[in-house]
Amino acid sequence: MRNLRFALWGVVIVAAFVFGLFGYQLTQPKDEFVRSALVGERIPEFALPAMVESRPGLSSTDLADGEAKLMNVFASWCIPCAAEAPYLEELERQGAQIVAVAITDTPEDVDRFLLQHGNPFTRIGDDRISEVQLSLGSSGVPETFVIAGDGTITYQHIGDIRASDVPVLMEELRKAQGQ
Amino acid sequence: MIPELGLAALWLAAALAALQLLAGFVGTRSGNAAFAALARPAATLQAFLCIIAFCALLYVFAVTDLSVQLVATNSHSLKPMIFKLSGAWGNHEGSMLLWVTVMAMAGGLIALIERRLPEKTMMATLCAQAFVALGFYAFLLLSSNPFERLAEVPPEGNGLNPLLQDIGLAFHPPTLYIGYVGLSVAFSFAVAALLTRNVTPDFARVMRPWVLGAWIFLTVGITAGSYWAYYELGWGGWWFWDPVENASLMPWLAATALLHSASVLAARDALRTWTIMLGVIAFSMSMLGTFLVRSGILTSVHAFAVDPERGSFILALLTLYIGGALVLFALRANTIAEGERFAVMSREGALVVNNVGLTAILGVVLLGTLYPLLTEAFDVRVSVGPPYFNPVSAIFFLPMLLVLMVGPLLRWKRDDFTRVRKPVAIALAVTIVIIIRAVFWDGIGLLPLLGLGLAAGVAIASLAPLQGRSLRRTPLAIWGMCIAHFGIAVALFGMAADTAFQKERLVAVSVGDTVEVGAWTGRLDSVNAVAGPNWTAMQANMHLSYDGGPELEAHPQSRNFWAPVMETSEVALLTRWNGQLYVAVGSQGEDGRWQLRLWWKPFVTFIWYGGLLIALGGVLSLIGRVRSDLRRRRGEADDSEEIADAAPEPEPEAQPA
Repeated sequence: MRNLRFALWGVVIVAAFVFGLFGYQLTQPKDEFVRSALVGERIPEFALPAMVESRPGLSSTDLADGEAKLMNVFASWCIPCAAEAPYLEELERQGAQIVAVAITDTPEDVDRFLLQHGNPFTRIGDDRISEVQLSLGSSGVPETFVIAGDGTITYQHIGDIRASDVPVLMEELRKAQGQ
Repeated sequence: MIPELGLAALWLAAALAALQLLAGFVGTRSGNAAFAALARPAATLQAFLCIIAFCALLYVFAVTDLSVQLVATNSHSLKPMIFKLSGAWGNHEGSMLLWVTVMAMAGGLIALIERRLPEKTMMATLCAQAFVALGFYAFLLLSSNPFERLAEVPPEGNGLNPLLQDIGLAFHPPTLYIGYVGLSVAFSFAVAALLTRNVTPDFARVMRPWVLGAWIFLTVGITAGSYWAYYELGWGGWWFWDPVENASLMPWLAATALLHSASVLAARDALRTWTIMLGVIAFSMSMLGTFLVRSGILTSVHAFAVDPERGSFILALLTLYIGGALVLFALRANTIAEGERFAVMSREGALVVNNVGLTAILGVVLLGTLYPLLTEAFDVRVSVGPPYFNPVSAIFFLPMLLVLMVGPLLRWKRDDFTRVRKPVAIALAVTIVIIIRAVFWDGIGLLPLLGLGLAAGVAIASLAPLQGRSLRRTPLAIWGMCIAHFGIAVALFGMAADTAFQKERLVAVSVGDTVEVGAWTGRLDSVNAVAGPNWTAMQANMHLSYDGGPELEAHPQSRNFWAPVMETSEVALLTRWNGQLYVAVGSQGEDGRWQLRLWWKPFVTFIWYGGLLIALGGVLSLIGRVRSDLRRRRGEADDSEEIADAAPEPEPEAQPA
């Protein structure tokens, strides 16, 4: 019976631990973002055709030309993408080179979007079936990656860029350039 | 006026619960007998008041009274009536009201009819029941008032999550709730038995119908939920090991184990401590399930009513009740006298294997469900899915199936294996022949292979206890056991066949194109827009035929709801005796072609038929038990305990993949 008693107090202790864990987790902010596992890794190989006539397409070799860049994943139908457009332009004014991957979109829609919200992008790849987006470990739009000159992903920003994110992204870009 | 009436009824019910708690407590201390006598009427009246409150809620939803916050946020005047009503419990507050209502009804029923136990144990039970109920009243009244009014009446309501606007919802959650809450009765009995140190076969007999009833509802609820997810979510799967599915499976596993161990206690006065422990665990799992669903602590497709503050409240209740019961158990367990002993080769022995197996699977599911929570505390995010759950639960499930072939044939206390050799040998031979035959089918996985063989073996063995009996004079409890065990074989066959033989096609087709999947050929005739009461849809109209047979129509839809805005897939199902064709239509591509997804799922329907058979076995058993209880109450001789083993067995949802 002694063993039984020890076992039972063991159960109580395990339960206390589990309840404690629940309590701890309830107080933690819930992080619903799915981070890319590729941060710190080389960008996967890809080559996307041009989305619009005014800009060339985007391939992984373009991202390894020695210049650190921002890569924005967006879509014309995405409202937060429209919301972040002014801050992308601000980043461009501050000297960032920005390329883009447009997902599940059509040239007409993207043209209209760029006309309305501005076009800070030097290249726009046409990722019609979200293939490249998924291979980057991006789970939604908008997302912005910082890519070092050798094609390494150094930072991932999930969600729309707000005013307060602009200096953070510029700093990350500087760090990436320094690598 | 009506909402205030409902709220007043709830407050009164809570006050009566407090009275019941005190009176029950006095009753256990042989104090003032007149005061203690109030416990039973308090419980009965409470049930009545809760029913009034629940009806008040149904009423405000039926007339779409938008001055009530809950209606404004969850309903819409254009919804069909059935979904207005089901909307009453399709949200956090309403479902908690349903919870307390069912709980009060169960409490009222025990108070009204249960007279077999010593009065002290009865009082302790009512006391425990009131203690648990009070926590939930507090939760409802203090943090989730369903009758809260709005200062300004909005012109229209927000609507109900379209995924929930389905006839499945009208039955699935309330069914599960009745099951969850029914286990609270078993919990109260267990706590009372610990308090009064009174663990007898009588105690098991009293507890058993409640466990059986709760278990039937859980079985139906899980089966219905699985079918709902299958046709509503449009992924063609029937079990996802989602945290919330696991939350419903865990109480079921515990209740199944409890059912079997209560049978041993009732028939043989063995497994006393263990049965009490399972009573505590079963309700713990119900509460844990509620906590996981409501707190949003785990990410799940079922996160309909998530709120961390409510999570804290339920966690507090969980800690109080479960923690308290476990401590009480640890303090008292060794004061409960050891029960009767038995040989390994006996009915009890087989039932112990069943219990150990079920508890082990419960542990596996519990660990897999909570593991992401543990790793997140160390900032590592993982998700646990079928690659863990399927093989690990199968390790315990498959041996249990072997024991299931033998167990029901054995006698209590001690038996000789040679006596049951013949039927067991036949069942095993069939199993082995099918496995050997199936090995040569292309690409069949190990689990479906074993599943197919064991399903056949269990099907034969499950009917063996009927052999040599006069079928008309066989007690209902035996029929119940056989049918439930047969249901396991049926469900297992469905799971294995679907996993082994399903065919899938994802195609983009233009109107007029044909498509083939398995033995089916089909043609997309047209696509047109259709409108429903609160949605519009693109509907694909198809003609399909099986193996050159007659052409059947199918109309899968891609629906757009506008309140709230959401897109859902309404699949078309063509059911044959040997399986189901599952057709879902997606969006239109650039080139005007439509995305179609077709699955041919051989024998998939057997999964749910099996689930229903298991529940039917439970129903027969329950009727048999209640009838023999009544007979015993009238003082007639009754020998059904001699052959007693009511209960069905394992997991309808252990998915071989």
